Amino acid sequence: MYQLLKQIAKTGIVTEPAPLPDAALREVEQKLGEVILKHFGRSLAIRHVDAGSCNGCELEIHAMNSPYYNLERLGIKFVASPRHADLLLVTGPVSRHMEVALKRTYDATPDPKLVVAIGDCGCTGGVFGESYASCGRVSNVIPVDVAVPGCPPEPLAIMRGILTAIAPGKRR
Amino acid sequence: MTELPIRTEPIASAMPAFRSTIEAGTLRAVVEKAKTQKARLVALWGSDETTRGGAYALHLALALRSGLLWLTLPLAREHPRYPSIADIYPCANRMQRATYDLLGIHAQNSPDHRKWVRHRAWPGGVFPLRKEFDIGTSLPASDDRYAFVKVEGEGVHEIPVGPVHAGTIEPGHFRFSIVGEKILRLEERLCYTHKGIEKLFETMTLAEGAKLAGRVSGDSTVAYAWAYAMAVEGASGTEPPGRALGLRGIMLELERIANHLGDLGYLGSDVGLTFGFFQFWRLKEDLLRLNAQLFGHRYLMDIVVPGGVTRDLGRGETGLLLERLETIRGEAATLKSIYDEHAGTQDRFIMTGQVLPELAEQMGLGGLAGRASGVWHDLRVDYPIPPYQQVEPRMATHTRGDVAARVSVRFEELFESMRLVQALANQLPPGEIRASVAAGAAGGRGIGWVEGWRGDVLIAIETADANRIHRLHPHDPSWQNWPLLEHAVHGNIVPDFPLINKSFNLSYSGVDL
Repeated sequence: MYQLLKQIAKTGIVTEPAPLPDAALREVEQKLGEVILKHFGRSLAIRHVDAGSCNGCELEIHAMNSPYYNLERLGIKFVASPRHADLLLVTGPVSRHMEVALKRTYDATPDPKLVVAIGDCGCTGGVFGESYASCGRVSNVIPVDVAVPGCPPEPLAIMRGILTAIAPGKRR
Repeated sequence: MTELPIRTEPIASAMPAFRSTIEAGTLRAVVEKAKTQKARLVALWGSDETTRGGAYALHLALALRSGLLWLTLPLAREHPRYPSIADIYPCANRMQRATYDLLGIHAQNSPDHRKWVRHRAWPGGVFPLRKEFDIGTSLPASDDRYAFVKVEGEGVHEIPVGPVHAGTIEPGHFRFSIVGEKILRLEERLCYTHKGIEKLFETMTLAEGAKLAGRVSGDSTVAYAWAYAMAVEGASGTEPPGRALGLRGIMLELERIANHLGDLGYLGSDVGLTFGFFQFWRLKEDLLRLNAQLFGHRYLMDIVVPGGVTRDLGRGETGLLLERLETIRGEAATLKSIYDEHAGTQDRFIMTGQVLPELAEQMGLGGLAGRASGVWHDLRVDYPIPPYQQVEPRMATHTRGDVAARVSVRFEELFESMRLVQALANQLPPGEIRASVAAGAAGGRGIGWVEGWRGDVLIAIETADANRIHRLHPHDPSWQNWPLLEHAVHGNIVPDFPLINKSFNLSYSGVDL
């Protein structure tokens, strides 16, 4: 126990400043009013859905919980069910095999809800494109508010995307 | 050439590899003989040969002591079929079912004829990997019913989990049959992330395929990119420079270190030691940032290419790499002693999710999970080729096969990989980092076989004319290990499932393809 406490003390706080929202990532105009945004801004529940990714984007979503990024300090946390979620974070091209599961997850998420598509595949279908097995980009299957490109996008870029989704702002 | 009584010819590859064409009538005899010689079944797949004068073919890759044997069985155009080998190699079961779903090649007398890759995207009787099937075909959603094995008895009930899971993980369905908290049976249904990777390769040139190969399973991008490069280099007669091989070795070990750091962190948080998660993920982030600084990408994607690598390390950069790794090594050693002495953690690790050596051997458990269960294989040790030849990797082994054993193997490999990076960096030969790739002829074959962090990754390639791909099968070690997860959880309690699952950390995308 001494060694554990010593390691915590030695490490100190390594968390870095959070990024600012970027309206350039918006796919559509912000639908939520200022009052609601104020509340979302203080507590946002996210359900992640891997709709067919190569698992690269998942690595960076995990990294957002590392002490450097520490997403939870912003009041943003991942929840186990879409019924508890305000925002869906969707990775991958949507595989045809995941199409129904993604739609059902979207329907199970209470309104008002937000969707952030992650990675080149989520934005455009990426290297996998559209085929007999792939529906391509996330917005081909459910409405998307914000899309974050990158292969995979770095944790700060994903955080910026999430913060953009709950920030006031028009599509640039 | 090999230990088997068949004629083989060598395949040009950096790894020792041979090929042989056999009749369907001799398949079982050859495979049974291979099994008695303790050969491992690495992969089984099929191909459509109707565009080049044949009909269909079945392919098997077996790991023999002398190297990799690629067996090919030509099959008839009408009702292509072969005798099932799932009774000899149980891990063949899902591969045979996938081969049927994709190509309509039937395994006779198989213990299990349920669909595997096919869910909703296409109906039965349609086979996407047949050459006549256009990749852009969009078929109406088909019936997705699937007959899970039902466990009956007083007090037994089912917990269906997924495909959308509670945590940030890939999609798949787990069907638990339980009594109270105890798991009586787990049945997996995977392939939700099937996105037509094998079909996509057939629309690509050898140069274009490199990017896709690096995205079969993102967490193993270096292993796949290297296996792909090795296969293309063999098929085209290209010799990558020695310096490129050294740099590939460094990157493959950095990938292993990054994944082990991340999983060791999660194994801590899965038993309530969130301290472990935060500490290990701090170290992992340090490493990812170092990767980005030195190679331009946090996960080293698209740096290993056919012919060599795209980024070199200068002398100053090598110094920085070794200095930072030494810091991470020191901290990881402290964390290991904290894990080792933490009674609550060890109590949850020890005797949880056990796979005993006998079962592991019989079912073909591989990679790091195999090494924790007495199945001691590691391509870097079994077939030492450059750059590993010069640095003599030591294999991490264990026999107890529980979560604690897999944690122990990960810690050992973490420190060994750090030693290997240091040795490889110190012996990096001077010179070029990339050779130009010669144009390959149609009908060429290539084998790429690399020990990724999870286990051995195989890429088998057959070329078409104009430097295109006729057929490519990427094979992830998770194919072999997923069925063992079903066994590992048997008799454990449901709340230990995430811990056991994470101790294997298998790829979905890598097997769903």
